[in-house]
Amino acid sequence: MTAPITAASMALDGGVLSAGDAAPEAAFVPSRGFWGHVGHRLVRDPVAMGAGALILLVVLIAILAPWITPMDPYKGSMLRRLKHVGDATYWLGSDELGRDMISRLMLGARLSLFIGVTPVLIAFVIGSAIGILAGYVGGWLNTILMRTIDVFFAFPSVLLAIALSGALGAGIFNSIVSLTCVFVPQIARVAESVTTGIRKRDYIDAAKLSGASPLTIMRVQVLGNVVGPIFVYATSLISVSMILASGLSFLGLGVRPPEPEWGLMLNTLRTAIYANPVVAALPGVCIFIVSIAFNLFSDGLRAAMEIRQ
Amino acid sequence: MSVIPSAPDPFARDRGGPAQPLLSVSGLYKHFPVRKAGGKKQVVRAVDGVDFDVLKGETLGIVGESGCGKSTTAKLLMGLIERDSGSLLYDGQAVGERVMPWRSYRRQVQMVFQDSYASLNPRMTVEQSIAFGPKVNGVSGREAVERARALLARVGLEPKRFAGRYPHEISGGQRQRVNIARSLALEPRLVLLDEAVSALDKSVEAQVLNLLLDLKAEFGLTYIFISHDLNVVRFISDRVMVMYLGRVSEIGPSDTVLDAPAHPYTEALLASMPSLDPDNRTQAALLQGDPPNPIDPPSGCRFHPRCTLAEPICSEKEPPLDTVGPLHRVSCLARQPGSGHSAAPARALAA
Amino acid sequence: MLIYILKRLVYVTPVAFGVSLVCFLLVHLAPGDALSAVLPADATQETINEMKAAYGFDKPLPVQYLIWLWHVLHGDLGTSIATGRPVLGEVTRAVINSLILASVATVIGFTFGTLFGFVAGYHRNSVADRAASALSVFGVSVPHYWLGMVLVIVFSATLGWLPPTGAGPDGSGNWRPDFDHLRYLILPAVTMSVIPTGIIARTVRALVADILAQDFVEALRAKGMDEFGVFKHVVRNAAPTALAIMGLQLGYLLGGSILVETVFAWPGTGFLLNAAIFQRDLPLLQGSILVLAMFFVVLNLLVDVMQTALDPRIERA
Repeated sequence: MTAPITAASMALDGGVLSAGDAAPEAAFVPSRGFWGHVGHRLVRDPVAMGAGALILLVVLIAILAPWITPMDPYKGSMLRRLKHVGDATYWLGSDELGRDMISRLMLGARLSLFIGVTPVLIAFVIGSAIGILAGYVGGWLNTILMRTIDVFFAFPSVLLAIALSGALGAGIFNSIVSLTCVFVPQIARVAESVTTGIRKRDYIDAAKLSGASPLTIMRVQVLGNVVGPIFVYATSLISVSMILASGLSFLGLGVRPPEPEWGLMLNTLRTAIYANPVVAALPGVCIFIVSIAFNLFSDGLRAAMEIRQ
Repeated sequence: MSVIPSAPDPFARDRGGPAQPLLSVSGLYKHFPVRKAGGKKQVVRAVDGVDFDVLKGETLGIVGESGCGKSTTAKLLMGLIERDSGSLLYDGQAVGERVMPWRSYRRQVQMVFQDSYASLNPRMTVEQSIAFGPKVNGVSGREAVERARALLARVGLEPKRFAGRYPHEISGGQRQRVNIARSLALEPRLVLLDEAVSALDKSVEAQVLNLLLDLKAEFGLTYIFISHDLNVVRFISDRVMVMYLGRVSEIGPSDTVLDAPAHPYTEALLASMPSLDPDNRTQAALLQGDPPNPIDPPSGCRFHPRCTLAEPICSEKEPPLDTVGPLHRVSCLARQPGSGHSAAPARALAA
Repeated sequence: MLIYILKRLVYVTPVAFGVSLVCFLLVHLAPGDALSAVLPADATQETINEMKAAYGFDKPLPVQYLIWLWHVLHGDLGTSIATGRPVLGEVTRAVINSLILASVATVIGFTFGTLFGFVAGYHRNSVADRAASALSVFGVSVPHYWLGMVLVIVFSATLGWLPPTGAGPDGSGNWRPDFDHLRYLILPAVTMSVIPTGIIARTVRALVADILAQDFVEALRAKGMDEFGVFKHVVRNAAPTALAIMGLQLGYLLGGSILVETVFAWPGTGFLLNAAIFQRDLPLLQGSILVLAMFFVVLNLLVDVMQTALDPRIERA
């Protein structure tokens, strides 16, 4: 018969046994938890920290832009067009309509970040849902979902984004929709593969043996393990998204003038590359810097998440 | 006295008395289809007709080489894989039916896996992993955690040090203790140990084995102990079952089977163990021929291509698992009276 | 092996149909009438109906799809609304130009990518590795259309060494492999090669580092094999994946060339696509997307087969 298990029934000397196969660390260190570990490692990565700081700075500027721009980003002056960098009034020059570049770049950060990050965020939620479901349930549902996703994979992402945008028309909302459609299949695929890998693990079997329902197992045991890798993958997509989103505006398919957005600014400044090449290139520099920052941060995050055995 | 507040468990108490086997398996079959481009549909006959009983309070060791079907049998017993056919009776009650659905069965029978690291969720602390089972079955969070801590202490891991740890922060032996603690969290009566100590260093293995024996005595558990290591099986088992190519070749009390084996395969297994005695070196291997292929097993007795006692009749007739001694059954024509084999004993002994 | 190819073909067919369906539906998503670009604003309802019937827009959608598919399978991609010329012809010319650009860019990308990747993989954590890694991060982070602009600024506007736009000195739509035309190819190809360089460098670096860390390499060295011999082994092991990535990059460049082609006014499919979008030339749009997507599907298939042929570890059954 089974006896009730209580601390009082401990017959063995806990000290003898645990000393025999002692863990490598001698001192008692309180455990940090998984994300605690990740944070701990991330903080010690100078490159990732630098990139993160830069991203934070840009986000801050984007949020505070309407209040901190030195001049009105919409107000132009035909007399003061295309001033060069280092001008007394316009430190980073002025654009083809005489608007101050610093102000437009700052305000442009808002839209550029928004149309870059939002699709990835939405795609993360939708793609993860699809992929985790397909991965966990398996069988015919998996086949149907993944084959449908494969059809979208048959298109190179740029082509799909532009085709969708072209079909839907210009505008911020349409750009976000088309970019989301591009990223959902990619994230879903990663989510499915990660979940399928986890589903076969022994600890999921052990969880089944405890009598838990599939939903409970999914929520408690699976989710925590798959969200991490999917999230890291998603962060690596942000830079691609930003480049594509500004690319759409560059083609005239995204943001419409006179809204400042880095890609759109590159488009409108194209005609000025002979007159004022440096200013014409400035918006691209911004895209480039933010894009690199996201990539470096994503790399650092991935490195920090590898569990060393 | 179950602390689990959900529906009172009729199976936590002994039902049929000591004579009724705790687990009764008969006619267990599991074939896996194999996809080959050739067009021929083939199957891996992982478990091909297995019958045995597990008596209350005993430790039944299951041995055999890789591919003999031990692990598949374990998964079938736990319901992790669906069996093709065969019956499974727990304390006289059919498992998976209305009276005893799988969920009830799983409160009675638990399993410890071989890979201690893969069996634990890397994102959950040791304490959370152990408490998961009780929580899912209605125990309050606080009580589940307390129970987890008590179990940790019971398996020799100081709760203060280990409760908040993650699997990658502790050693292999400690992880396996955690797995054992987890398997006891639902207060089962039967625990299946699938190569539970195979991956551990020898010294750690000895400690864990002793722990298992202590726990068995204290909680009145029944064990099924699967291993490929004959020494370990001898140490811990009361009875031993030898499997070959998906079928049972011999089953009986450990001393009998391991000291005076009746089946040529068991004999060969024992003889091929390296000997530490310089005067008694292991010379020739008793096993000849190629290792078996579970897709296309030999006809008749599966062991006949490698058997030193093989005769033509062995390739024709599949030997049944017959009694050759008290609680000792063998599936070998050479040991069964009246089987047609030249070495078979004269007439049946008193059965 | 043949069976594997057949199996892949069977697998690809539903995907190809799915792609054609998406292409078809894509342009019908478009708000606004397809004909509004062609018809004068004051066209009578009669005229509109006539045009609709002529283009087949009056039939129900599934029927339109099947009719369109039927035509496509017979090589008829319709007629461009804007130019009145057969879409197939326009697209073919454009595809050739894009292919030239994409191929050259891929070759450049592969060359430099594997170079950087090998250097980085062999000398892990050294200065060379960091530099190579930095370059590859650069490659995947840079907005290539912006890079194109910068290169134009530097090499065309400022230095005047290379022409800024077009495929040939007479502004023709055809590129010929002679020295004159070569100058026009350089900037667009270099611009396009940046992304594949980055991606291939990253992949090769990881591959080489992994291979070098494996036991068999140590075994080879212990047996006394010289470094070049080991190198050959590393190449053999890395080749299948590296080539597969290169193949995929070619596909991406072909499909994603629109941005660079717009910057350089290179008369390829991207440029064509751009025009089709802004002129709302649906048949042209449909045709171009379909051809590009199909190219990608076929390319994927070829890459798959090639990888299976080269890598003995992949199951052929």
